[in-house]
Amino acid sequence: MAKQKNILPGFNLSLGYTLLYLSLIVLIPLSAAFIKTTELSFNEFWTVITAPRVVASYKLTFGASLIGALINAVFGLLTAWVLVRYHFFGKKVIDALVDLPFALPTAVAGIALTAVYASNGWIGSWLEPLGIKVAFTPIGVIVALTFIGLPFVVRTVQPVLQDLEAETEEAAASLGANRWQTFTKIIFPAIWPALLTGFALAFARAIGEYGSVIFIAGNVPFVSEITPLIIITKLEQYEYAQATAVAVVMLVISFLLLFAINGLQWWFNRRASATH
Amino acid sequence: MTIQTVSTQAVSQYSKYNAKVARSRATSEPIWVRWLLTFIVLLFLSIFLIVPLAAVFTEALRKGFDTYITALSDPDALSSIKLTLIAAAIAVPLNLVFGVAAAWAIAKFEFKGKSILITLIDLPFAVSPVIAGLIYVLIFGLQGWVGSSLIDHDVKVIFAIPGIVLATVFVTFPFVARELIPLMQAQGKDEEEAGLVLGASGWQILWRITLPNVKWGLLYGVILTNARAMGEFGAVSVVSGHIRGMTNTMPLHVEILYNEYNYAAAFAVASLLALLALVTLMLKSFVEWQVARNAASNESA
Repeated sequence: MAKQKNILPGFNLSLGYTLLYLSLIVLIPLSAAFIKTTELSFNEFWTVITAPRVVASYKLTFGASLIGALINAVFGLLTAWVLVRYHFFGKKVIDALVDLPFALPTAVAGIALTAVYASNGWIGSWLEPLGIKVAFTPIGVIVALTFIGLPFVVRTVQPVLQDLEAETEEAAASLGANRWQTFTKIIFPAIWPALLTGFALAFARAIGEYGSVIFIAGNVPFVSEITPLIIITKLEQYEYAQATAVAVVMLVISFLLLFAINGLQWWFNRRASATH
Repeated sequence: MTIQTVSTQAVSQYSKYNAKVARSRATSEPIWVRWLLTFIVLLFLSIFLIVPLAAVFTEALRKGFDTYITALSDPDALSSIKLTLIAAAIAVPLNLVFGVAAAWAIAKFEFKGKSILITLIDLPFAVSPVIAGLIYVLIFGLQGWVGSSLIDHDVKVIFAIPGIVLATVFVTFPFVARELIPLMQAQGKDEEEAGLVLGASGWQILWRITLPNVKWGLLYGVILTNARAMGEFGAVSVVSGHIRGMTNTMPLHVEILYNEYNYAAAFAVASLLALLALVTLMLKSFVEWQVARNAASNESA
């Protein structure tokens, strides 16, 4: 293909401004985190990031994020399914409300969930006699992380489900497949890349979450203390280098997740365009 | 032409009706499965979304309407509302201009490293809000890179309003760009090139062709940016220093009141933010409806 000359103006200006703004707001400040950790020797860095209290916070953060993302994968798929396939009163309002966790400030979500799930709260008082304590325990962390990740799976699966052609399902039905077989053999293979992307997005969001968690978690060291809170605690003690060391661990994991998600989406788009 | 449009609409409605009938026979679930799944979903959404949202308003009004009004007209509450509005009023336009510039460069031109640039623009979404605050403390804080020279010139960034604005800009950085890039890529550059051939300047093309074409996407991005800017907690919390009446935004004010066990007042301020969230959702639905309507009218045209 011959190279076509682009006649539109403003390339240098727009790209230049984009790179300048990106560097000033994002890249230079982020690099500060990596440079700050060089104040520590490798041994010091390693001691900070593998201290028992910090390791316990990784386990809680990643464990609760994983469980929250799994809950969202199951119920998000179900929600997307019901919103696309079924009709019921108030569906449009419910559909719009799914985005609430994106729109509601995390601090508000945090105190609202705490009020509802505390032992005297609307839902907590029902769970208390069953011996289930949610607020101020690791279960509370899972509840908060499920809340903030809720829209991701629904919003990634919903459009794919909408675009599925009825013909393939009709063909499956006419060939004698029952609904469950049609779902597992026809529908699920078409939607699982979107499901996986939504799951990864919810997981990535949950790892860094702070506002909605700290109110409901109880923040007991070794039990219900998340990693972002460790960073805050170290900052308040003016242990900047230590706080940054833990932050760098989280940054590296978050970046790896971002690249994995981008790779997933790229592969997913290629797969979609190959089948059409 | 009118008759034709009406008749094609009728046909498409007829085939839609047919499709619905066909689905209900061969490719749908028994009625009890549909009811059960709908019930499970509504229960799940109630437990996680609707009940907590309702709780915000009931807790806010628990001690009566007078307490509610008193909590909101408290000078510290008012100053937190003001600061939240200031932070959003600076962050939204900055990221709007950036979003348009980035989308123009990425959608209208080919260059090396484009996909890396798109990933870099997404970076702030991958960063924990706490870390977003931390990095500005590292640069502008007392022991930071430029902190000491700022002190010499009596400029305060951390534990002051500039820090809050910076942290807000960071966490809302990608929203507008993210909405505009795919939209402008899909629209191509034929119209802009036509404008150029007809003698329009670059700015005229931007104002008269490109921006009107992407106005709904732009508005969508602005709505998301604004909601996040007004609601940000973690990043702002790190850089604010929590000085009452000075560097407290609304979410931070909610936290302080809550930690003082002043629940009614905390939920009163929180209810304003919850209202903001509901307005955001309504605007969002309105924009989505407009976009769907435009797409439908383009198809039938």
